[in-house]
Amino acid sequence: MSGKRDYQRPLDWKRGRIDLNHGAGGRASAQLVSELFAAEFDNEYLHQGNDGAALPAPPELAAGGRLVMATDAHVVSPLFFPGGDLGCLAVHGTVNDVAMLGARPLWLAASFILEEGFALADLKRIVQSMAAAARAAGVAIVTGDTKVVEQGKGDGCFVATTGVGVLPRGRDIGGARARPGDVLLLSGTVGEHGVAVLSQRASLAFETAIVSDTAALHDLVAAMLAAAAEGSVHVLRDPTRGGLATTLNEIAQQSGVGIDLDETAIPVLPQVEAACELLGLDPLYMANEGKLVAAVAPEAAAAVLAAMRRHPQGAQAARIGVVQADPHRFVQMRTRLGGRRIVDWLAGEPLPRIC
Amino acid sequence: MCLALPARVVAVKDGALATVDLGGVRKEVSVALVPEAVVGDYVIVHVGHAIGILDADEAQRTLALFAEIAAVADAAVADPPRMPA
Amino acid sequence: MKYVDEFRDGELARGIAARIAAELRPDRRYSFMEFCGGHTHAISRYGVADLLPPALRMIHGPGCPVCVLPIGRIDQAIGLALDRGAIVCTYGDTLRVPASPAAGPQASRGQGESLSLMKAKARGADIRMVYSAADALAIARAHPQREVVFFAIGFETTTPPTALVIEQAAREGLANFSVLCCHVLTPSAITHILESAEVRELGTVPIDGFIGPAHVSIVIGSAPYEHFAEEYRKPVVIAGFEPLDVMQAILMLVRQVNAGRCEVENQFTRAVTRAGNLAAQAAVARVFELRERFEWRGLGEVPYSALRIRAEYARLDAERRFGLDYRLVPDHKQCECGAILRGVKRPTDCKLFATVCTPEHPMGSCMVSSEGACAAHYSYGRWRDFPVRVEASAA
Repeated sequence: MSGKRDYQRPLDWKRGRIDLNHGAGGRASAQLVSELFAAEFDNEYLHQGNDGAALPAPPELAAGGRLVMATDAHVVSPLFFPGGDLGCLAVHGTVNDVAMLGARPLWLAASFILEEGFALADLKRIVQSMAAAARAAGVAIVTGDTKVVEQGKGDGCFVATTGVGVLPRGRDIGGARARPGDVLLLSGTVGEHGVAVLSQRASLAFETAIVSDTAALHDLVAAMLAAAAEGSVHVLRDPTRGGLATTLNEIAQQSGVGIDLDETAIPVLPQVEAACELLGLDPLYMANEGKLVAAVAPEAAAAVLAAMRRHPQGAQAARIGVVQADPHRFVQMRTRLGGRRIVDWLAGEPLPRIC
Repeated sequence: MCLALPARVVAVKDGALATVDLGGVRKEVSVALVPEAVVGDYVIVHVGHAIGILDADEAQRTLALFAEIAAVADAAVADPPRMPA
Repeated sequence: MKYVDEFRDGELARGIAARIAAELRPDRRYSFMEFCGGHTHAISRYGVADLLPPALRMIHGPGCPVCVLPIGRIDQAIGLALDRGAIVCTYGDTLRVPASPAAGPQASRGQGESLSLMKAKARGADIRMVYSAADALAIARAHPQREVVFFAIGFETTTPPTALVIEQAAREGLANFSVLCCHVLTPSAITHILESAEVRELGTVPIDGFIGPAHVSIVIGSAPYEHFAEEYRKPVVIAGFEPLDVMQAILMLVRQVNAGRCEVENQFTRAVTRAGNLAAQAAVARVFELRERFEWRGLGEVPYSALRIRAEYARLDAERRFGLDYRLVPDHKQCECGAILRGVKRPTDCKLFATVCTPEHPMGSCMVSSEGACAAHYSYGRWRDFPVRVEASAA
């Protein structure tokens, strides 16, 4: 041993702030990585200290399976909201993207873009939340990057995550696979994440007990796929930005089909309904971060729905409609009044109606 | 500009402000236009202002009227057709 | 939600619909105009039209204040932000209304992308969405060194809050706040429609009666409509905001028409009285006065149909404060918003509908606000425009 390591003042988690040194690649950067990221994410790959991770081939590959990769950038504001924060959102979002292909999520990469002046205390909170979410989901954050931008050029903290997963041989779930006759299943109540985030915008000033539904869904997906013959679940998608309405329109478009919904079957919490009424917004277009919608072969629908309901994340799962042949790819809905309307694509940013 | 909802007054504060509750969601609104509103009243809220007080008796009467009209009619209108065949 | 959910009950709706169908005279058709953007939205969003018999048609009138806001007024608001550096505060509905192309060497009449408040924001204009006039006041207090203008639009429901805010600003002696007043009046618009050639002489738009606006009526009361019923021999039924209210009001109109009556009836008894909200009316009278004329998009100039801020509040009147001119700007040549607002044409009669003009790229105001007839039809009802064969589904 040649001597003591150079003394390095530990990071001040209480009052410290990110400065440009932390992104410069020098000692400050390395300290941030070792004292925060490697310490919290805590896995052999990060402790190796390389710029990338060499990962073992999962067994499904040898059996003819395929790799899955997904990526997401997270720019939510505010960073901390009822029920979650940027950190767990970043983990859940990408784990879910992988899971929506029916794949087993394995590893995540995380890139941070930090604004000069961002509080270390907030960064630590976010990172700890990510670590906890990753542990709960059974995935490791194996590599990452940090950059710092000048004050005013970033909204505090942006995170981009990329996820890798593996599919068993033969599984092919995707938005283009819906077929006329398929049953549409929704895993639970919609609109909570959108409302929870909005409730924090000072300009709106409303109080509510609604919390974000952010959650990792791969376990629920596994339960659904195990409940029926391989190939029965045709489509899986999590209705994030743009809400359930947008997701269903995407599926209709991709698969070249129409959809017929029953408004009374779509579960919405009363407070979400009330908050949306107050703001002039529609729960069908509000973001969800812990729900999924599935198109399932009709003969398997009952079994899959039962499996969802047995799972903690699917307790309020419901059958909300069917897929039908329609060259115009409309998503139609029978309203609670018994009339009909379409549920169209979102037109731009949902601007709350005053009227 | 017609979006307006009946919300229950849960607290009246100084400066003609009140906290109202709609389905468990709470918001602060101005009651300057309905100075007589008291806790327990339902007010109609539009762009952050209560513009009128809901008459609970009339509301019940209206609902009873709906039920009466609906009951007199025969079997419900048949389900409207889907995308025309 | 109490007093909301009960008024959306599907079973009751079907029952009332059956009653309406049973009471229609077989020898005639019925056309009613609803005059409140909120009613247009409720009808589309719940698919009420599906529950009504084919012989009964609802015509969407100019009840959406965003839809009748002329291009020239939006240009004024954009100009205040882009050219005068003011913070312009507006309700959400107004943000996407298309106005004139940006001024500049490249732009000339008819060329260039038309600006909206939202597009102006993307070009650096400080435009902020507010939920209430009080929010605009708060912004003015927070930025004493900037001019803050509240773009006040809306019918009589929205006007009293603006009046209160102007009085409050005057009391506080706020030096940097003003209001661009584009408040319009409901009865004037109804008169204008009833006076129009299509209705009066040509009979091309047969209107058998009106569904009166819900929340405007809370403020102005039911009395102001008595004039129409008498003078124009048309029944008016003021309806609440929920779909069951609308349906009951339609039934009441059918009964009036069948009996040859022309009265003002109030379906929205839980919130509307004959006199209305006197405190609200008084606030409006203190702060505003009638303009002799005002241009409505699609209707042209309508006399005594809009409000202006009184002289004693001149400091708070953005038009006077900034010396604004009003310039009339015509709509796109093929835009049929005017005819649609008057009920003369339907959205599908407009060549631009669903082709060039969509909610993402609105050409005219009927497509911008979700209560505009075109937006409502596009977003909720355009599937009816396609005659399609649905193949027998699998399973």
